[in-house]
Amino acid sequence: MIDSKMLAEKGQQLLGWVDDRFPLTSTYKAHLSEYYAPKNFNFWYFFGSLALLVLVLQIVTGIFLVMHYKPDASLNSAGIPVAFASVEYIMRDVPGGWIIRYMHSTGASMFFVVVYLHMFRGLLYGSYRKPRELIWLFGIAIFLCLMAEAFFGYLLPWGQMSFWGAQVIVNLFAAIPVIGPDLSIFIRGDFVVSDATLNRFFAFHVIAIPLVLLGLVAAHLVALHEVGSNNPDGVEIKKHKDANGIPLDGIPFHPYYTVKDIFGVCVFLIVFATIIFFAPEGGGYFLEYNNFFPADPLKTPPHIAPVWYFTPFYSILRATTSDFMWALGALVAITGGLAILTSKCKPVKAVAAVVTLGALGAFVLIEAKVWGVVLMGGSVMVIGLLPWLDQSPVKSIRYKGGLYKSILAVWVVCFVILGYLGVQPPSPIGNLVSQICSWLYLAFFAFMPWYSRLDKTKAEPERVTSK
Amino acid sequence: MSDHKLDASAGGASFCACSLDSSRRTLLAATAGVGAVAAAGVAVPFVASFTPSERAKAAGAPVEVDLSKLQPGEKMTVEWQGKPVWVLRRTPEMLAVLKEGADKLVDPESQAAQQPAYVKGIERAINPEYFVCIGICTHLGCSPSDKLKAGAESGMGAEWKGGFLCPCHGSQFDLAGRVFKAMPAPTNLVIPPHTYLSETRLLIGEDSKGA
Repeated sequence: MIDSKMLAEKGQQLLGWVDDRFPLTSTYKAHLSEYYAPKNFNFWYFFGSLALLVLVLQIVTGIFLVMHYKPDASLNSAGIPVAFASVEYIMRDVPGGWIIRYMHSTGASMFFVVVYLHMFRGLLYGSYRKPRELIWLFGIAIFLCLMAEAFFGYLLPWGQMSFWGAQVIVNLFAAIPVIGPDLSIFIRGDFVVSDATLNRFFAFHVIAIPLVLLGLVAAHLVALHEVGSNNPDGVEIKKHKDANGIPLDGIPFHPYYTVKDIFGVCVFLIVFATIIFFAPEGGGYFLEYNNFFPADPLKTPPHIAPVWYFTPFYSILRATTSDFMWALGALVAITGGLAILTSKCKPVKAVAAVVTLGALGAFVLIEAKVWGVVLMGGSVMVIGLLPWLDQSPVKSIRYKGGLYKSILAVWVVCFVILGYLGVQPPSPIGNLVSQICSWLYLAFFAFMPWYSRLDKTKAEPERVTSK
Repeated sequence: MSDHKLDASAGGASFCACSLDSSRRTLLAATAGVGAVAAAGVAVPFVASFTPSERAKAAGAPVEVDLSKLQPGEKMTVEWQGKPVWVLRRTPEMLAVLKEGADKLVDPESQAAQQPAYVKGIERAINPEYFVCIGICTHLGCSPSDKLKAGAESGMGAEWKGGFLCPCHGSQFDLAGRVFKAMPAPTNLVIPPHTYLSETRLLIGEDSKGA
């Protein structure tokens, strides 16, 4: 008994020694034991912590893969590119290599699953609204980094889809007027996708982007813990505090939400393990069949499509042909017209007029190929503008009206259809449908300042509810 | 630490409690300026390392192709500068369809500089029988697939006159690599510099002289 008492005392002394030199206890309290999160978190709130879990999984499995992988496009004595052969070596000869690699490749797809759900949660409950704009922007930056990370990583196995996917995406930059062609050579480090490209993509994938990603994740969490979490009711729990300054509707993150999240982790790992053991290729969606052929610079596979998580944006790229520019022009003209008509401030009217006319002029002058690239990038980045586009008096979908709910439903359906069409070969009907869906996707954002005001909302409750 | 902060805030809104010394300000600005120039200078080798290496620049030697075994209607692919270069031996029927339907093409006369000056006409070839071009779509760089046969046989519908289809984004080209209207690809396929050493020996990567 005395021993354990002494031990506890020694432990306290050690902790005190550390705390005098490093903010250990205070950091633990600020972010875990005394971080008060709303008590009404539901199913949708699993995905933030799951994203963090997958990030750790990707980093750990990635470190072990790098120990065996060789970023080398030259051919070995059997006439197979060394990079491609080293992935096969990991799969067949390295003990445990196959499961580490499947964890990494499945992890990439799972990362996007949880991040898409995490983002949709933000969309449902208005988590991007004031004062959480920066959390949202950091999140968008994380999403862009994730896309870059996935893209760079996809070249590394040096299969057919790796090669031609990189070829297409790098050539997107060649569409930029004046500097484009030189820029694409600059990115590749060669006139074609080659060994130089493979090596630099490897450097980006294993060092540069992960470093940026970790920094952004830290910023995302610090900003979140500064303002506090939103919740399914979209009301601020900090408005009602007890005598000690603790939100009445808040509960400490640890142990309440750590336990909840561990349950989420268990369910997630069951799904994750099931995929790894029974369907690691995900039916050709997680690992595309054409990528089991080594890269051949002379032959594009008959059907090439990006991995599923890029396809909604890829569809928008494909949909932007010269005839679509008329529809896009109409969208810009209507938005600009609405801004000019409804704004009460003269400078805003002037800016809206100039921007609208400028954009319409640019649509005529610059070819559709460039706009396809702009729209593909823009359709991701426009999500970052939500905090300023959404003018609804309420945050959460629970208190929004039928107008907003139906528009959101249409938008979700369009996003899914775009994703589906992106994996299909191009066809005239598919192209028309993807043009309609692309237009509606963009209109969701463009018209939001107006329909979010028109929407008949319900009154928000004072305190959070439990449903 | 807290004392210092108190002093500073007591001195006014400024972070710095010290009085302003304009000559020190100037020195500070000059030092920062020189530092920025140095940083830009240091960035030069890092940025330069992104550009193609000397070895990559050198790997563009011309390629010689033997055409004697190529049958009419057949296509062969050779690698030049890491890119696929097609040589299609066109039949008289194939050449005949090039004259039709100019209104469906973006640039039927090949006005845009997508070919060397010595490649002219609707056939876009030095010798109309042999069509030489870089098999890279001008949209985003995929290599289009052969749909050489006319009609439904190519899976392109009965209207199809023969040509190429890009599998990535669906751009269609005719048998002279001319792009059809309302396709993602903005321009005709690129024709590389090439010259004939003899009737059946083609050199890709070197311009024809005096042609």
